[in-house]
Amino acid sequence: MLLKSFFSALLLTLTLSPVYAETIRVAVAANFTAPMKQIAEAFQQQTGNELLLSFASSGKFYAQILNNAPYDVFLSADQKKPQALVEQQLAVADSRFTYAVGVLALWSMQKGLVDEGGTILQKGNFQWLAIANPRLAPYGSAAVEVLENLKLYAPLKARIVEGENISQTFQFVRTGNAELGFIALSQLKGNDLANTGSYWQVPASLHTPIRQDAVLLKSAQNPAAATELLNFLRSDKARAIITDFGYGLEM
Amino acid sequence: MLHYFSAEDIGAILLTLKLASLATMLLLLISTPIAWWLANTQNRLKEPVSALISLPLVLPPTVLGFYLLLAMGPHGPIGYLTQSMNLGTLPFTFTGLLIASTIYSLPFVVQPIQNAMEAIGRRPLEVAATLGANRWDSFIHVVLPLARPGFLTAAILGFTHVIGEFGIVLMIGGNIPGSTRVISVQIYDHVEAMNYSQAHRLAAAMILFSFTVLLLIYKINNVQRSKKLP
Repeated sequence: MLLKSFFSALLLTLTLSPVYAETIRVAVAANFTAPMKQIAEAFQQQTGNELLLSFASSGKFYAQILNNAPYDVFLSADQKKPQALVEQQLAVADSRFTYAVGVLALWSMQKGLVDEGGTILQKGNFQWLAIANPRLAPYGSAAVEVLENLKLYAPLKARIVEGENISQTFQFVRTGNAELGFIALSQLKGNDLANTGSYWQVPASLHTPIRQDAVLLKSAQNPAAATELLNFLRSDKARAIITDFGYGLEM
Repeated sequence: MLHYFSAEDIGAILLTLKLASLATMLLLLISTPIAWWLANTQNRLKEPVSALISLPLVLPPTVLGFYLLLAMGPHGPIGYLTQSMNLGTLPFTFTGLLIASTIYSLPFVVQPIQNAMEAIGRRPLEVAATLGANRWDSFIHVVLPLARPGFLTAAILGFTHVIGEFGIVLMIGGNIPGSTRVISVQIYDHVEAMNYSQAHRLAAAMILFSFTVLLLIYKINNVQRSKKLP
């Protein structure tokens, strides 16, 4: 009797649990860490599905996905890598969309150093200017475009130090080793640092938009649940969180 | 060779060799007196000093690099010191990288030398003393030759460890061509930028070079050792 009820209970759990809680494995570009944690909470509350979030640079995720990493959804920091995965038949073409648009900020820990309009770059009274590696990080190539548009790239080139990614660039400025640097506005908002030091929100007209694309991977174990997450990223609730962290939106 | 690598790759290779050679020299200079002191002292500070020198073995390089970035920065203790000497701050400079590499590789150089010196024992030094050698004489003519295999191992470990160094350079380097962009960082960049074929080439060259150097040194060491045997 006891045994019988035990087995029926077991059977019940086994049949019911997949319906109520799917686990979706998400590879998230490091710059989107803070908003994604909030979005995950809201998503879990709404759907009951659980998210397993991994954070790293898009380049690392790309290499891992090429080698069969177990992710369902990839939130990249750029458009290039999701596109390349689609071309290699590893991601679903029509699932790709821009979930956030990065906003660039020129930031310093020193109060009053960076002014509205960024004329500090012309004055040049600093030793090091930090940017993210322009070959790797979209925020880095955007920073180079800004400098080129201001005709300042050549004169400042010798003073540029590169972080491997936007987090490291942030570190260089945060520790004062570089007096100023181009970082993501979301980093200031996410760390409550918008009122520390000084910053200039770089106008979007000075660089190509930093579009960050999401894509459904073909290796997804439960494409339906993963698609649900991609749809949720486009919901008003998620969009409010995304803009709250200083990102722009496509539409 | 020139078509095989880009100009940037070659720059990174030359810079890495320069960094590893200078760091190895600096390491041998610093480690020899430290190892000699550790091998002979009965001081209470012996164990704490040994533990301190071995710390870089335990700490993940990126953690060590992050705290060096803080310490060498404008608000850190090393930063205050270098600024007061009008040297500016050390991160993003070749000198900074050289100093960080030295700290990072210290245990790999101190320990083989110390072991070799301890293996000598008291007897040869006592004999030298009875023959009228002062402490300096016996250090130069007895200790250094007898500890030679230890120095060789130390130099190899130090050199190769600096070549393979990555985490610290990543944290304090700033990726500046010609002064902080070393091979390991360049390979990492190629991988992150999806240029796998360039990464493979550079990595293959790095492995081939390291293997050849190690092979040569071990061969030379073996030849000299067998010469000494009667």
